[in-house]
Amino acid sequence: MTHAAHAATAHHTSMGLDSRKLGLWAFIGSECLLFGSLISTYLVYKGRSVVGPYPHDILNIPFTSVSTFDLLMSSLMMVLALAAVQRGDMKWGKIWLFSTALLGLIFLGGQVIEFTEFVHKGLTISTNLFGCTFFVLTGTHGAHVAVGVLWLLTLWVRALQGKLGSANAMTVEITGLYWHFVDVVWIVIFTVVYLIQ
Amino acid sequence: MSAYEGERGTAMHEGGEAGQHAHPTADVYLRVAAVLVILTVLEVGVFYVPVFHPVLVPALLVLSAVKFTLVVMFYMHLKADSRFFTFLFGAPLLLAVGVMVALLFLFFGALTLRGAAGAG
Repeated sequence: MTHAAHAATAHHTSMGLDSRKLGLWAFIGSECLLFGSLISTYLVYKGRSVVGPYPHDILNIPFTSVSTFDLLMSSLMMVLALAAVQRGDMKWGKIWLFSTALLGLIFLGGQVIEFTEFVHKGLTISTNLFGCTFFVLTGTHGAHVAVGVLWLLTLWVRALQGKLGSANAMTVEITGLYWHFVDVVWIVIFTVVYLIQ
Repeated sequence: MSAYEGERGTAMHEGGEAGQHAHPTADVYLRVAAVLVILTVLEVGVFYVPVFHPVLVPALLVLSAVKFTLVVMFYMHLKADSRFFTFLFGAPLLLAVGVMVALLFLFFGALTLRGAAGAG
């Protein structure tokens, strides 16, 4: 087998699927259970806080709607980055990758502002059941966004160094899978935590 | 060219890695984004318009489920990718939803039953 042919099949399982992509889907499956348990915990303790602030006193729907729009747009940027890298257009690949990371950073900034405002209004992780379950759920999601932003910026730097091209499109696709998963988790959190009060 | 650049599990991008599957075009990505934004606006609208409050929870759950499905099918490419990935994602997702429903039933169902017993 030539070196090129070996490189082309190096990541393939006996099923013909890319092992890295298979691994990431398995990881995403396990993440479904993690977020499922956190959302369940939030729902089970919903309405059982004996002291305030309560969700309707504190949640800012217009602000969070903008954050939701921001994360949806970051998902669009991510698929556009993948499409650009796949066709070898690294100029736009770099632009879309950086845009995705930037929108992720804006989302994180929004979460920092939201958490700070809540703390100033008297809601901390130890105030009541709502505070505890809310901060653990949204904080875990925020940590995932932070990891995604670091991952995206790493790819962007590699692209700037000329180490990312259409031959590495699978690397960008795998990053995208993680990023879109973070987005779908937020779609659920936005509905369950913010809109259904 | 169709919205998808090939058949499920067979297409390979020129110059790309083997095992890569057909992906939607940028046009499809933009249309999906537009639908996602419209659905988000609808969600927020349903929340604020009092006439929808009797159906608030089912309406929001349906809108959220549609958004979830669109992202998974088109942006995560499950529509065109190997069915094994669908299984790897779908099985734990169903398990998570099952656990969630069971826990909610255990906590709120038990409370309802206790309340009914007390009332009786």
